[in-house]
Amino acid sequence: MIDVFISHYNYWIVILLMMAGFYTVINHGNLIKKIAGLNIFQTSVFLLYISIGYVDNGTTPIVAEGFTRYANPLPHVLILTAIVVGVSTTALGLALVVRIKEAYGTIEEDEIQEQDMIP
Amino acid sequence: MIEQNLSLLLVVIPLLAAPVAAILPGLRPPWLLALAVTWLCFVIAGWQLFTVMDGSIISYELGGWAPPWGIEYRIDAMNALVALIVAGIAAITMPYALLTVEKEIPRHQVPLFYSAFLLCIVGLLGITQTGDIFNLFVFLEISSLSTYVLIAMGEQRRALTSAYQYLIMGSIGATFVLIGIGLVYAETGTLNMQDLHLRLQPILDHRTIHTGFAFISVGIALKLALFPLHLWLPNAYKYAPSAISVFLSATSTKVAVYVMLRLLFSVFSSDILMIEPTEDILLLLGIFGVILASVTAIYQRDIKRLLAYSSIAQVSYMVLGIGMASNMGVTATLIHVFNHALMKAALFMAAGAVVYRAGSSRFEKIDGMGRQMPWTFAAMFIAGLSVIGIPGTAGFISKWYFVLAALEQHSWLIALVVLSGSLLSVVYIWRIVEVMYLRPATDTGLSVKEAPYALLVPMWSLVLANIYFGINTELTLNIADISVKLLDITD
Repeated sequence: MIDVFISHYNYWIVILLMMAGFYTVINHGNLIKKIAGLNIFQTSVFLLYISIGYVDNGTTPIVAEGFTRYANPLPHVLILTAIVVGVSTTALGLALVVRIKEAYGTIEEDEIQEQDMIP
Repeated sequence: MIEQNLSLLLVVIPLLAAPVAAILPGLRPPWLLALAVTWLCFVIAGWQLFTVMDGSIISYELGGWAPPWGIEYRIDAMNALVALIVAGIAAITMPYALLTVEKEIPRHQVPLFYSAFLLCIVGLLGITQTGDIFNLFVFLEISSLSTYVLIAMGEQRRALTSAYQYLIMGSIGATFVLIGIGLVYAETGTLNMQDLHLRLQPILDHRTIHTGFAFISVGIALKLALFPLHLWLPNAYKYAPSAISVFLSATSTKVAVYVMLRLLFSVFSSDILMIEPTEDILLLLGIFGVILASVTAIYQRDIKRLLAYSSIAQVSYMVLGIGMASNMGVTATLIHVFNHALMKAALFMAAGAVVYRAGSSRFEKIDGMGRQMPWTFAAMFIAGLSVIGIPGTAGFISKWYFVLAALEQHSWLIALVVLSGSLLSVVYIWRIVEVMYLRPATDTGLSVKEAPYALLVPMWSLVLANIYFGINTELTLNIADISVKLLDITD
């Protein structure tokens, strides 16, 4: 039992990061912290994909003499795309936060809601 | 020869045009480019639909790499129909956009607005064309990111917070989809939808596949604004610029419905509905969605928010159709995807015209304006009848098929929900009539003129389409029929 736990430690890290990030997104009222939480959440998925690509005793997927087992490079390529998507989302989110700060003078969710109550 | 390349052209043309639109100077040149591109896409999408109308399938290999290794664009009747809806609504929104954008968007942002609009079209069309599940995720994000930008361009500052809220919810949804795709890939080792379908069949009862399926479904449900994940939608539609409200309400949730149909039936196959309680969950959420969103719509004090809640209710109908998991149910869903795009686009165009003249969409600001703007009001009224499902309008056809699908399964509850949803929509459409026509106009309301022709012509062409497709159902029924046959649903 404990062997399974330890040999799959990367997946436990994925789950931990995923939950931490998700919790931050939901729980925090600060708009920047929400973006940070979203980032952690997305990063955990990157780790998940990279873990999937690993093959036992496999090496870097570069064809060379003396090596026959390679890690699967496709998930890594996929996650490069997902990283680009994540970076764009973060950039756009932060840009929106800057605009919100200009318009409302605050980046706390409850204070923004208070200001919106007054029409 | 060119027929083979149509599917790719639909994505590449707006993609190439988007950066060009961003650097064109002034107000008119970017608009002219976007207009030309959207109409070209409309023609190509129509041509594509015509090619696959006989039940044939177009397969395009990107870069010459044969599937399942390369990315494949695979077009059957269902893809082509949804692509036609996206391209068609974009083409009809463009003439409407000219005046409203000049009024609502600051001058220096106009080229960027059209650039983001074109990117949004790329994303939505890409989703409909691709046969590769990871490619689908990428296009989903392209469309979402550009949508956040477009919503944030709204006039009021709440547009920013609405866009931010949508960004958080949308990104969570997209990441869920990504997790699901990862789990399914880990089990099957392929990303091509056809290939996935074959490899998934023997292992449909594996825990990993179930988890992946759950993640993907929840992610798509967020994009689709399925109750109770709909909270981002009303504000996003209300505070977005008028042209964007029109375009999004008619296309973005419909494309999400398409994704759900495609993944559920073409990739996982309807057998997974039998193993999991998915079917019941979908039906339950659909029922709650129809009733609660319709009731909430009645209590809104803002015309755009009212229409947004009505959209949530209408999308719930589509989910009901999917949840029934029968040929008839999915036929009803596909017909409603098409018809709802027509009616909601017309309604949001009319609401946008009111905002164009009155400067607000709140009820107390638009009292009695229907008498000042008779053509706009008449358009709103007829499109409203279509939402209710009065015979002679497109809405009647879809409601009719939903009831037929429910009765076919002897599910009186669902038939009752569909009918009571219609009755509730009578109430909220009547509220619009009451506010706009029966109440006395305010002083400012009396000086309001009819909307300009540039707004009326696109609006009325959609209204006429509503009536046309309510009388002549041959086209919609045919396409829905062929699509459903290709989906291969086992009851």
